[in-house]
Amino acid sequence: MKRLFKALSITASIAAAGAITGGMASSPAAAQGFQPAIVFDMGGKFDKSFNEAAYVGAERFKKESGIEYREFEVTQEAQREQALRTMARRGATIVVGVGFAQASAMEKVADEFPGTKFCIIDSVVERPNVQSITFKEHEGSFLVGMMAAMASKTGKVGFVGGMDIPLIRNFATGYQQGVKHANAGAEIFQNMTGTTPAAWRDPTRGGELAKSQMDRGADVIYAAAGGTGLGVLQAVADNKKLSIGVDSNQNHLHPGSVLTSMIKRVDVAVHNCMNSAKNGTWVPGSRVLGLKEDGVGYSLDDDNKALVTDDMKAKVEGAKAQIIAGELQVQPYKQ
Amino acid sequence: MDYMTLLSVLDGTVRTAAPLVLAALAGLFAERSGVVDIGLEGKMLAGAFAAAAAASVTGSPWLGLLAAILAGIALSMVHAYATVTHHGNQVVSGMAINILVAGLTPTLAFAWFQQGGQTPILQSGERFQSITLPLADALGDTIPVLGPLYREVISGHNILVYAAVLAVPVTAWVVYRSRFGLRLRAVGENPSAVDTAGISVAKLRYQALVICGALTGAAGAYLSTAQGAGFVRDMTAGMGYLALAALIFGKWKPAPTLAACLLFALADAVQIRLQGVDIPGIGIIPVQFIQMLPYVLTVLLLAGFVGKAVAPKASGIPYVKER
Repeated sequence: MKRLFKALSITASIAAAGAITGGMASSPAAAQGFQPAIVFDMGGKFDKSFNEAAYVGAERFKKESGIEYREFEVTQEAQREQALRTMARRGATIVVGVGFAQASAMEKVADEFPGTKFCIIDSVVERPNVQSITFKEHEGSFLVGMMAAMASKTGKVGFVGGMDIPLIRNFATGYQQGVKHANAGAEIFQNMTGTTPAAWRDPTRGGELAKSQMDRGADVIYAAAGGTGLGVLQAVADNKKLSIGVDSNQNHLHPGSVLTSMIKRVDVAVHNCMNSAKNGTWVPGSRVLGLKEDGVGYSLDDDNKALVTDDMKAKVEGAKAQIIAGELQVQPYKQ
Repeated sequence: MDYMTLLSVLDGTVRTAAPLVLAALAGLFAERSGVVDIGLEGKMLAGAFAAAAAASVTGSPWLGLLAAILAGIALSMVHAYATVTHHGNQVVSGMAINILVAGLTPTLAFAWFQQGGQTPILQSGERFQSITLPLADALGDTIPVLGPLYREVISGHNILVYAAVLAVPVTAWVVYRSRFGLRLRAVGENPSAVDTAGISVAKLRYQALVICGALTGAAGAYLSTAQGAGFVRDMTAGMGYLALAALIFGKWKPAPTLAACLLFALADAVQIRLQGVDIPGIGIIPVQFIQMLPYVLTVLLLAGFVGKAVAPKASGIPYVKER
């Protein structure tokens, strides 16, 4: 009960804060205006990864348009539906749900509020007022897999996933194909942190998984695990090996130790969603963003410049062009 | 499993066991004095937060550790005030601390650091670094079997791991050999006898809870400033409860409690190691099954291998002086 009260009071206080900063959002006149809202998932807005990318997108929209958005960070399962409904009821024009786990909650809430527009990232919700955006994570993971194999001295690379779900398996399978593409003899260790949403924020366990992989000889480890991934990157940096970040550009977290990051342009997706709704160009339906659409990719900046050789870059760019042209097929994970 | 694999599993065991040992010993002091402390989890979490926050602001892991110990003691004193001074229900007070801390830490982190309930990631100077013991590399290469054991498992941990190891004999000495320990055990078994002898029951229990708070704080500091690098919401992940279970397995005695902690940690390390490994004749074991192992072990142990665990007689009962 206490937790429920806590959740309710947080909801109320965030809504109140939104009303103050958003400029009388609760008055009927403002409710008729454009009011975007975003619901972040477990892991939190500042997970330096998936949710943070969504946050960056929303912030960019705010900066460009000058329109404040409402936000909520989900901290437990039951809050998702509640948060989406609260946003819709309070007159949000468009509600962005970040993360696959919000799919079932959004199905319900989208039915209840047919006049409200919804966007979901990382899952597909088939409703006339929902736009679903998914990514070809396997394509981006393929490229970083190639880089891992080329950067590895031991010929052994690792993968640490967050929650064991098809989405994360999709990262893993693309990564495996990329590693094998660059070095057919390479060995891959794969670990999943857990089977519950708590697996997104268990850096201690992430670090232990990474250490066990390094003990087995892995010298490049790819973390696709939200907040848990921070523990992976930390453990790898402590042992002076290489890691690969995910979703956001994580190269700056441990300069010289993060080989690259598999970037998923969640920021672009969130920004497009809000922007198109504002401009009236928003359409429901399903969008899949891959290498071709620039929805996924790998990061290259000052922090990892020294780690990526020209040869690596050339080969990865070559593979990227082949994938876009359809000459090279990366298989997604089959359930 | 070859020898190096075994060593790496043992190394992981030591790392995972350290916070459990500190927390379980904290529980030992509290329960031996007759105060049930289900709030170990909350105090650890508060310690983890205080350590990360202080280390991040001051740049010193030692000040972080100090802050964690103070946070642990402060919460312990809340527990003591409620249960010793006012004879409140000890389980309720402990749970209240757990719930309070679970909500308070991310809230404070959000207010202070504006990073969504986390503390900033700690840089290497702000954390406890691993220590290579003297001659580790030399002995590791020259002496067979024992050399690598020394290099991989015994050497190369941070200072808090060694502190946890040292805490076990110190606790055993304090509890069984010192005057304070004798009184502590007596107050947990028969507080009225202690009172008759002219020793304050309340004072002893307060003292025990100060030690308890300090140890849980250190356990929390281990999680956020030694093993990890920063505070994340709910990062203790049930470790406080696991420590309590280890204490019961260990029958409220230091050495058996250490053994129970090591067993839990070993199960965890093996679980991490077995994931996704192709075992000849069996194939790859599903993740879910492997993650079940520690719990299966717990049930099996509870079901018969431990024997009857008898708690300190006065544990859980507030002491009220007769009028």
